[in-house]
Amino acid sequence: MATASIPRVSASVVVLKAALQKIFENLRAAGFTLVGPRVRDGAIVLDEIAALDDLPRGWTEDKQPGRYRLVPGRNGQYFGFTVGPHSWKQFLHPPSALLFTARKSNGAWVFEPAKPQAPQYAFIGVRPCDLKAIALQDRALLEGPVPDPHYRARRRQVFLLAANCGEAAATCFCTSMKTGPRASTGFDLALTELPDGFLIDVGSETGSEMLQDTEWEPATAFDLGRATQALQRAERQQRELRTDDLPRLLYSNLEHPHWDEVAARCLSCGNCTLACPTCFCTTVEDSSDLRGQVARRTRVWDSCFTGDFSQVHGGNTRPTIRSRYRQFLTHKYASWIDQFGTVGCVGCGRCMTWCPVGIDPTQEVKAFRVSPARPK
Amino acid sequence: MSQAIHIPAMTPAVLPMLPQPAVIRAIKPESYGVATYTLAFQDPALAAAYRFLPGQFNMLYLPAFGEVAISLSSDPAQPQALGHSIRFGGSVTQGIGRLKVGDMLGLRGPYGSHWPLDLAAGKDVLMVAGGIGLAPLRPALLTILKERSKYGRVLLLYGGRTPQDLLYTDEFEAWQKAGVELHVSVDWADENWKGQVGVIPMLFYRIRLEYKKCLVLTCGPEIMMRFVIYEALARNIPRESIYISMERNMKCAVGFCGHCQYGPNFICQQGPILNFATVEPFFGKESF
Repeated sequence: MATASIPRVSASVVVLKAALQKIFENLRAAGFTLVGPRVRDGAIVLDEIAALDDLPRGWTEDKQPGRYRLVPGRNGQYFGFTVGPHSWKQFLHPPSALLFTARKSNGAWVFEPAKPQAPQYAFIGVRPCDLKAIALQDRALLEGPVPDPHYRARRRQVFLLAANCGEAAATCFCTSMKTGPRASTGFDLALTELPDGFLIDVGSETGSEMLQDTEWEPATAFDLGRATQALQRAERQQRELRTDDLPRLLYSNLEHPHWDEVAARCLSCGNCTLACPTCFCTTVEDSSDLRGQVARRTRVWDSCFTGDFSQVHGGNTRPTIRSRYRQFLTHKYASWIDQFGTVGCVGCGRCMTWCPVGIDPTQEVKAFRVSPARPK
Repeated sequence: MSQAIHIPAMTPAVLPMLPQPAVIRAIKPESYGVATYTLAFQDPALAAAYRFLPGQFNMLYLPAFGEVAISLSSDPAQPQALGHSIRFGGSVTQGIGRLKVGDMLGLRGPYGSHWPLDLAAGKDVLMVAGGIGLAPLRPALLTILKERSKYGRVLLLYGGRTPQDLLYTDEFEAWQKAGVELHVSVDWADENWKGQVGVIPMLFYRIRLEYKKCLVLTCGPEIMMRFVIYEALARNIPRESIYISMERNMKCAVGFCGHCQYGPNFICQQGPILNFATVEPFFGKESF
């Protein structure tokens, strides 16, 4: 009945699973390049996808601190996994971006800005925690004193098809961070996988248009109930991080001996910051031709765990692993709140999954609660 | 294009990390390994529009080498001649050290917070500087001397490792004539040195202060500022009346890159000039 029209914004509809293919086609017809999860190199990565068959149907992940394995999932679901090592920041805030080219002409330097690139991406299967991570990167890169033109150009083009989580991994703690397992805002479409179809929440006009010819039906109370039930299971499957009073807890424990304990395990490899969907730190690389007539400045991802991150003329303000881990943890859970009004962690668990030694921030924060530093 | 989100409009500062060509107008050797470079934008419109406040900094870009944050050390009343006292410490500054008058650099700025001269009116101003830390205080000093009567006593405690490390010594006499109480100390003297020997905080023992009327502005190595703060607090100067200038690694100067974080502060945004009371929980914490 409703197939000729499109649903209104904020409606909930149900479609058969095959209808997702039609949504993909509608997105492509509207000019979007689809990027979504697919299996590669024994992991679920984010890459260009063409069709429904490219999704990691039937796969899930066995994740623990320091461990990641793909394993067959339940019921042949399309979205029966959570998040792999990749996050959407590699598309919105790419690992490398040319800022400008400097050219010497008649002895004078001319600085030519690089035009921000703006591929028109549709992100398929954005998890609620990652949706929140995008919102946090927006806060840092768009809503500061000046917007970052490169991030902005990419961000404004993106279509977000969210996928609510019916499964949680052992490393997930979105419930604690209040970012999932259901997406509440910031998407164009948000789907919840049901045994026989998808429940889809419509978040925007564009989202609504992409449901054209999908044979959608308005969701019934029964559909909404089934979806809620599926998400509640994910909500219960999680580890915990108590978030009350985090800035005071961490700031008052800056000299706590536990930092030495975690520093003894941390390799300062930076994996956590690369896998983290909210980490936004970058550095710049300068290069030139052999004649010194053309120079380029490129922005690349950086990590507060790298040796020269805090280098100033011959000195390093954070020369130890202890000081770098302390910077990482206090930034995520304390100073991020001062800077941006919200905690900098979305509970996706990537940092502990991809940490070679399985350092788990929920446990590190807990250590300060269990035995806070004695007041001096 | 998605409609589900609100993207802020682009401000006129379209490319915040793009330097603008600037020409070296003058180079003045100051002290051992330090020279003051006076720069001017090549584009006359940019040069005419540029203004800065005492304590702010610019990013100087040497193509293929990199970029450094350098405080403005010149008179804010003459914003067309931008003075930068540079110590040739790292690869970029050493590269700049090989340039000549007429050569070009990239310049963007000004960035950061400034000394609270608005709060200093009617008060005694105590400036405490170590080595090249006098550079970001010089614009404040010059501004104060222009309207000397607006302020109470103006004191400058200044020190360096050796007499050769002191900046702007050719201006000391003029400053004193204009009403600056100047006390200078060096850590290691040579046979020509007639002045005080010892670390800068010891200069506090040569002055008397009315702590309620006093505003402290200090810039130098962190360890020096730490002991300056001890001396100030010991004289009952309120922590809210103490301003420090912090240094951290900077790549973007506009809050994107994360390098300059100091607790909740981005030094490029909330700093480099910070009120001590606001950073006290972090200040002096090892490797923070």
